[in-house]
Amino acid sequence: MSLPPFQQLVDDHWRDVARLAHGLAGPVHGDDVAQQAWTQALAAYPRLTHARNLRSWLLTITHRCAMDHHRTRGRTTAHEDPASLAQAPVEPPPQAPDDVLWQRVRALPERQRQAVVLRFVGDLDHRAVAAALATSPGMSRRLVSDALATLRLELTDPEDPR
Amino acid sequence: MTPPTDPFTAFAPALAGPPRLEPTDVSYVLEDTSLGRMLLAVRDDGRVLTTAFAPDAAHEQHWLERVAQRVSPRVLRHPRPTDAVRRALEDFLAGRARQVAVEPDLALLSDFQRLVLTGLAASVGYGRRTTYAALAQHLGRPRAARAVGTALAGNPLCVTLPCHRVLPAAGGVGGYAGGPAAKEALLALEARSAG
Repeated sequence: MSLPPFQQLVDDHWRDVARLAHGLAGPVHGDDVAQQAWTQALAAYPRLTHARNLRSWLLTITHRCAMDHHRTRGRTTAHEDPASLAQAPVEPPPQAPDDVLWQRVRALPERQRQAVVLRFVGDLDHRAVAAALATSPGMSRRLVSDALATLRLELTDPEDPR
Repeated sequence: MTPPTDPFTAFAPALAGPPRLEPTDVSYVLEDTSLGRMLLAVRDDGRVLTTAFAPDAAHEQHWLERVAQRVSPRVLRHPRPTDAVRRALEDFLAGRARQVAVEPDLALLSDFQRLVLTGLAASVGYGRRTTYAALAQHLGRPRAARAVGTALAGNPLCVTLPCHRVLPAAGGVGGYAGGPAAKEALLALEARSAG
């Protein structure tokens, strides 16, 4: 058993971790969550017993950090609290087609939102999503498909049904 | 309107950059020296693990994996902790110092490499040269000249532990991790500065 140098994990996966953190915690707190996830991962790294699927391991830690963040912040998301959006450090959240969609994603029931973000932003398979959410792959499938059905319904233009 | 699943895959938030992590068990840096690109790795206590030649990505990965395996997988690229070794190496290569004044850590060396390289460092001083056979003789292993050569070839602490001072008895400069030109440059530097 040998673990690769930690720098290699950072170089290979920092973008995915940042994307997932942004998806789960929003543009204002995404960087903090990603930073916290990396600090925790570095501390725990030597205790890992195998080097299989390190990306999944990192994304699971990121997800946990984002959930801790939500718990301590009392679930204030940027669009509910415009003041927190004003503190955004560098870039405003991306405008254009994403914007409507992401508002809808934030409005989903919590479990569905977590599952859909892990599945599509984190690009995890259902087994990994289930592991992150402490549930079964079947339930993960169910959550994702319910979420997609809701989004599809909300985002389809009634004038132009496709 | 785009299909509903498209924006997910197109999700590209403005990312701040890689995480900023504090120096940990091992810090390293890739340094372009006058001899070529070298990988300098330092433990958190300041002792030096490698001053190894890393001309390409494969060599870099080889040494980093060795460090991760033998010392700690917590290995991060960090220039600051390597300042001392960079300065010491620069002084040596400029002829201002007669040795790379750092404390080496021998964790990456095999037992036989320790014997060979510490024996070499203790017996063959600045500006002097020896041969593989003579070094084997000196170490009390007269028949191990070839093994001595192999031990020197895998030296993770090039220049710091002076494997460049060992030459083939048949003449020429022999092989070197940094290439024969780097070996010649080191020998010329020492010949000039030993005066």
